[in-house]
Amino acid sequence: MAFAGRRDVPEAPDFGILKRLARDQLIYLLEQLPGKKDLFIEADLMSPLDRIANVSILKQHEVDKLYKVESRPALSASDQFCFLVRPRIKTMRYIADIINADKMSGRSRKYKIIFSPQKFYACEMVLEEEGVFGDVTCDEWSFYLLPLDEDIISMELPEFFRDYFLEGDHRWINSVARALQLLNSLYGPFGKAYGIGRCAKMSYELWRELEEESEGDGQGRKPEIGNIFLMDRDTDYVTALCSQVVYEGLVDDTFRIKCGSVDFGPDVTSSDKSIKVLLNAQDKVFSQIRNEHFSSVFGFLSQKSRNLQAQYDRRRSMDIKQMKNFVSQELKGLKQEHRLLSLHIGACESIMKKKTKQDFQEMIKAEHSLLEGFDIRESTSFIEEHIDRQVSPIESLRLMCLLSITENGLIPKDYRSLKTQYLQSYGPEHLLTFHNLKRIGLLTEQSAGETLTAVESKVSKLVTDRAAGKITDAFNSLARKSNFRAISKKLGLIPRVDGEYDLKMPRDMAYVFSGAYVPLSCKIIEQVLERRGWLGLEEVVRLLNGNEFLVSGSASAGLGVGVPGAGVSHSALPAPDSAAEDNPAWESQRVVLAVFLGGCSFSEIAALRFLGKERGFKFIFLTTAITNSARLMEAMTEAKA
Amino acid sequence: MSRARADEEEYWHSSKFRAFTFDDEDDELSQLKESKRAVNSLRDIVDDDDDDDLERVSWSGEPVGSISWSIKETASSSTSSLEGRDSSLQKGSSSYAAFPKQVSSYSLSSLFKGRNKLPSFQSLSDALSDTGVKNYAPELRRPKTEYKDYSSDWSPKDTVRRMQRGKVCSLERFRSLQDKLVLLDEAVAGHDGNVITAVLIFLKRTLRREILFRELEVRQVALCHLIHFLKETGEQKLLLDLLRFLDRTEEVALSQYREHLNIQDVEKRREFLKVCIGLPFSAEDTSHIQDHYTLLERQIIIEANDRHLETAGQSEIFRKYPRKASILNMPLVTTLFYSCFYHYTEAEGTFSSPTNLKKTFKIPDKQYVLTALAARAKLRAWDDVDALFTTKNWLGYTKKKAPIGFHRVVEILQRNNAPVQVLQEYVRLVEDVETRLNLATKYKCHDVVIETYRDLKDRIQLTAYKCKVERGSAEEEKINSILSN
Repeated sequence: MAFAGRRDVPEAPDFGILKRLARDQLIYLLEQLPGKKDLFIEADLMSPLDRIANVSILKQHEVDKLYKVESRPALSASDQFCFLVRPRIKTMRYIADIINADKMSGRSRKYKIIFSPQKFYACEMVLEEEGVFGDVTCDEWSFYLLPLDEDIISMELPEFFRDYFLEGDHRWINSVARALQLLNSLYGPFGKAYGIGRCAKMSYELWRELEEESEGDGQGRKPEIGNIFLMDRDTDYVTALCSQVVYEGLVDDTFRIKCGSVDFGPDVTSSDKSIKVLLNAQDKVFSQIRNEHFSSVFGFLSQKSRNLQAQYDRRRSMDIKQMKNFVSQELKGLKQEHRLLSLHIGACESIMKKKTKQDFQEMIKAEHSLLEGFDIRESTSFIEEHIDRQVSPIESLRLMCLLSITENGLIPKDYRSLKTQYLQSYGPEHLLTFHNLKRIGLLTEQSAGETLTAVESKVSKLVTDRAAGKITDAFNSLARKSNFRAISKKLGLIPRVDGEYDLKMPRDMAYVFSGAYVPLSCKIIEQVLERRGWLGLEEVVRLLNGNEFLVSGSASAGLGVGVPGAGVSHSALPAPDSAAEDNPAWESQRVVLAVFLGGCSFSEIAALRFLGKERGFKFIFLTTAITNSARLMEAMTEAKA
Repeated sequence: MSRARADEEEYWHSSKFRAFTFDDEDDELSQLKESKRAVNSLRDIVDDDDDDDLERVSWSGEPVGSISWSIKETASSSTSSLEGRDSSLQKGSSSYAAFPKQVSSYSLSSLFKGRNKLPSFQSLSDALSDTGVKNYAPELRRPKTEYKDYSSDWSPKDTVRRMQRGKVCSLERFRSLQDKLVLLDEAVAGHDGNVITAVLIFLKRTLRREILFRELEVRQVALCHLIHFLKETGEQKLLLDLLRFLDRTEEVALSQYREHLNIQDVEKRREFLKVCIGLPFSAEDTSHIQDHYTLLERQIIIEANDRHLETAGQSEIFRKYPRKASILNMPLVTTLFYSCFYHYTEAEGTFSSPTNLKKTFKIPDKQYVLTALAARAKLRAWDDVDALFTTKNWLGYTKKKAPIGFHRVVEILQRNNAPVQVLQEYVRLVEDVETRLNLATKYKCHDVVIETYRDLKDRIQLTAYKCKVERGSAEEEKINSILSN
């Protein structure tokens, strides 16, 4: 993987302006309701809001009391209520109940609803039905993009995944298109657009349409982001389902990183308090271990603590003047480092304890067997035992899904027996979960469709690629298959390694999964960027169910639709071909906005950061939300209304 | 088969994944502990009062002044407004300084305080001018009336476009079925789910449902939107009609079954589940629903009985181990555990006996043994554990047998702090020699280790093990006698 002439990685653009824009617009909207008001905030919006504003900003704009939406409203004397919410039917009913209760008791107040990131017609319909339509004013807070870190921007829409992939609802596509429009106007124009997946394609098309209508500002500006790559989560479920072993991923799996920060409980802080810690590039300790395989983290931390000790020890041999210098200049930094170190050491300890208890080693073994495709029976009994022992319901579900996707569905006997045992262990209502998983294609039963595969592969040998593609589509409509095994073989996702895989000196992206598996999503991005298109990847694309595209010089080009590897080629605009890319003025051509529709995991982020360093790319991540296996599984369960 | 086996051996013997294991507790943890000691030893130097530059956080760890923190505050003391707190806060010169010290501590986020600080306020236009973008969110400042535009005759395409931009458009003039469908198709082609749903709301209001359903049957994307919309608004009856029209009988059944989640009262829930048995599920799922019903029925009986027993205070087991929660609505395996815990010896005839549950729900042996073992081990009823694995053959000899690996049995026993005598009996039964040795060494079952090395005729290991047993103990003697033979 050594690349001749490693280029320096370009800097990421400054995304601070996104925060400022969001804050300023919110202030503007609050000022639209002059005077003192109580503010009701949707629970999901609290953490994102915390990242861009604080209470004193709200107070400056005459917010009196703050409430969480859904808690019963306290008796409030305020004359004005402002609701800051996601566009949800349930929330509309909650607001309508408040207004109607006021009306019944003869209270008159002003009401304002601020929808973030946008308003839905269905919400207005509910307001109308509840008879409060004229009583409220509605506004939109276009808070599409929250920069979580120097290179991560999140739309903070975890529901995107279920809404689009399970329910088939396209409601968030407009939001994605608007997010792209905003980024394009601030950091674009994007030169080249790559994508794979139906949603990716639709988002791209809708965004282009929005662009065509706007006046096309910033044409003459020097772009900071040269390429975008859009990808649907269902292109690669496998990666998202794997246990994470890079530090940031493990912290997310173990403690749940929420909006870029994590709550470390008493077991980590070794005190009786929890501490909320912001995890990003500013954290000098974290930024050095976040992308590392967990096994390298210990060594790093102990080295670091030894260094720290040594620096403190210097104190002993100091005279007064040196000491004064030390205290005024170095002590503060050392103290910060000390705090961070003890937190991350505490986190590591806690992770180790939890994972050892959970048979993590055995689980990873089973996962790796599934990825490589051998010893399926043994892995199946491992999963079975996991279920029987009532170990975590989410983990059991995750392993079953991994088995299903890698094997193109479970054999009917296994499916039935695992499902029965699952319902017995974790509750019969999970019948609904199984139905959802089947619908989305995460956990299926091999059926007649499976015998078709044999026929299909015979047929495809006889006819041309094109026709084979069509036949596959026909088969796919019968049962969506993941084709993981074939894709894995084609792309070499399971590295052949002789001897030990050195996790401290990784040779490829597989290090994020202990050297056992190169994340498919990242491999696709790598391949397409390397080839500057889909050419030569026809077979892979076919196995991924198509919907790939490439548009160069996005300002005027349309979509290359459907035909594998087609796309509009380097003709229309100054195509950033290799000569241009070597030109330092084209630095932006080496900045790639990777857009994950339906969420991306920290392992994927780590893998692409690694790839970027190897090849001189800077990846910026735009995701609908940070995700991991547990979040995907939880999105598939049914809760009471 | 043998090839696969060989591959596998090769795989696990190759050192590829040996580099790091999560089982390797000793090594890694000790390294960590060392680091921790080093860091902790510095605490005295570091924890002084010099904390002026740190942000205060409340006991819950939220930085004071953060929004999440304030909401919790409003929730806990809804009478005092932010104003009230403010005045107390502002006694000090800096805004948070007067906050009582004992409730605060350092938050890591304080290290990045520079980023949290109120920025010098740039206006929207200022912020934008340096990037050359002029019209971010231009709609905001326009008067509301401009949004409305009922008079113009927008084409279906333009109507959809305007709606995508969030403008209000009247759909009333799309009256012919033809017009309505063109509008719907345009909406779908525009990829904006919000608009698709808006058009569907209009169609739902202006078309007879059979006609709407018929048209949606050939428009899958729009159909998904309507189904999702009906789920969200809770229009269950219409949803069921639609699913029936589409002949999606399984979804009809599931959608009705789903409603049980919203029924709190157990009696009503049981009644409801009874009705669900008759829904058009697949044969397999029907039996799951039947089981769900039967299970709840049982739980109601058991719960009533046991609550009575517990309050009466007659039963020793309930006195000694009071119940932590009711058994209602728990999964089957949990119920089985409960019954193995409280009702182990009951005759099969009673509803609460484990054997009865096993029979009624056809619980596989493996599952049953795992659960019973966990329950009896928790009570430290080692005789019951013993009986669980003892079988007699036709000649009357007894033998230990388990449907799960004995290494699992050992693990469960160990977790419940079984004494070494009990533990080693099961460690001895672990078939794989290496696993047996590992477990025996880990849990200090010396006899098993010694016997295994003896059987392996491994003098070197046996000699080495001598230093692990106590000097002058029976174990040492045993080793010596083996070695001298």
